[in-house]
Amino acid sequence: MKKPTVLKYLDILSLVALLGATAMVFFYAPTERVMGAVQKVFYFHVAAGWVGMLSFFFAAIAGLLYLLKKKKIWDLVGVAAIEIGIVFILVNIVTGSIWARPIWNTWWTWDPRLTTATIMELVYIAYLMLRQGIDDPERRARFGAVYAIIGFLSVPLTFFSIRIFRTIHPVVIAGTDPTALGAFDMTPAMFQTMMVSIVVFSILFIDLIWHRIRLGKLANHVDELKFNIQD
Amino acid sequence: MQHKTSFTKAMFAVVWKDLISELRGKELISAMLVFALLVIFIFNFALELDPKTRSALTAGILWVTIIFAGNLGLSRSMAVEKDRGCLDGLLLAPVDRTAIYFGKSLANWIFVLIVALIVLPIYSILYNTNIISPALILVIVLGSEGYVAVGTLLASMSMHARTRDILLPILLFPVILPILIAAVKASAGILNGFPFEDIQTWINLLIVYDIVFTSVAFMVFDSVVEE
Repeated sequence: MKKPTVLKYLDILSLVALLGATAMVFFYAPTERVMGAVQKVFYFHVAAGWVGMLSFFFAAIAGLLYLLKKKKIWDLVGVAAIEIGIVFILVNIVTGSIWARPIWNTWWTWDPRLTTATIMELVYIAYLMLRQGIDDPERRARFGAVYAIIGFLSVPLTFFSIRIFRTIHPVVIAGTDPTALGAFDMTPAMFQTMMVSIVVFSILFIDLIWHRIRLGKLANHVDELKFNIQD
Repeated sequence: MQHKTSFTKAMFAVVWKDLISELRGKELISAMLVFALLVIFIFNFALELDPKTRSALTAGILWVTIIFAGNLGLSRSMAVEKDRGCLDGLLLAPVDRTAIYFGKSLANWIFVLIVALIVLPIYSILYNTNIISPALILVIVLGSEGYVAVGTLLASMSMHARTRDILLPILLFPVILPILIAAVKASAGILNGFPFEDIQTWINLLIVYDIVFTSVAFMVFDSVVEE
């Protein structure tokens, strides 16, 4: 299986775009007046959170499609999306922590939004453990699909929690809660940088998931070959 | 389509089977109950519950007790089916398989509620405060329904894994977080004597998640047990 040419170009595109977005964050977006340079973490924080959410959403959809169609490919998509989602949500949590240290004066606070984001991470780590514990590949795929669907139900709560609970997490997009600490109004340049970051991270996501699905296919292929040798 | 008519009958047959075997063996309830009491006692020592702090902690301790004891019951109720080959028999029966799921869930729900209803008065006596109220019982009924709905489904998955008893709480606890948050907040509100309007949001959230979890489990159970 040769690496597809489109994938090669996508690799280069995502690398260049990521560098471009980084440059935009540092040189194009203005420095926020109150928070200073640390506010710049916000662009990748939001973008990573977006990709994480998107991955888990894709995993749930892939799970649904697997249960309906029973095609191996949907299982591969599901695992790929979840592995990527775990990494990006971790990036999201870590960048949030870096921002929170100077702004909230603490690395971590038991805020509902932070807590639910972390629980979400644990849901998907549990997903990987579930897969590890089951030997039969067909059953592993089935159970993974079911758990990805159930697990995704706990994700919407993360979104809504900022509106149900009183939180100190700022809602920058379409939200003006005076009790949130570290909220700010975006200038057009800031907004553009954020949107570019989100688009760039989405490209990166497509690139990564493509690689991961390809890896899964190759792994299956190797398993088949091993099986043939044994016969 | 003749399955449709026997759905409730099949469901109650499963419930009845579980209740009868529990009545004869008394394995599950006694284990859950003793465990629940131990949890309360361990909390007492670990947190040094005194009258000043406990009013804020009661809701949390109550729910941790229910969740832990319930986890014990859930993994046991499925392990019994698996070990003695009873599950294969159930699955061979010419009934809608979701009837088996609902039967098992209902039986588990009854066990959790029995434990909760024994723990409540004991807690009240031990800490010399009456925490029993219709509103709290409503929250316990709603909260344990959602818990058992997901729990039964995940238990029927985790029993196939190599590390089944260890895996169940790891799978179950993060997923039931929405239920747990809503239940604890509602219980705390009730115990602190807040007006019902303040608690309403949490009870609504509980109901929403009960419906969501029960209907999703209902939809996917077939693919969990298919062989």
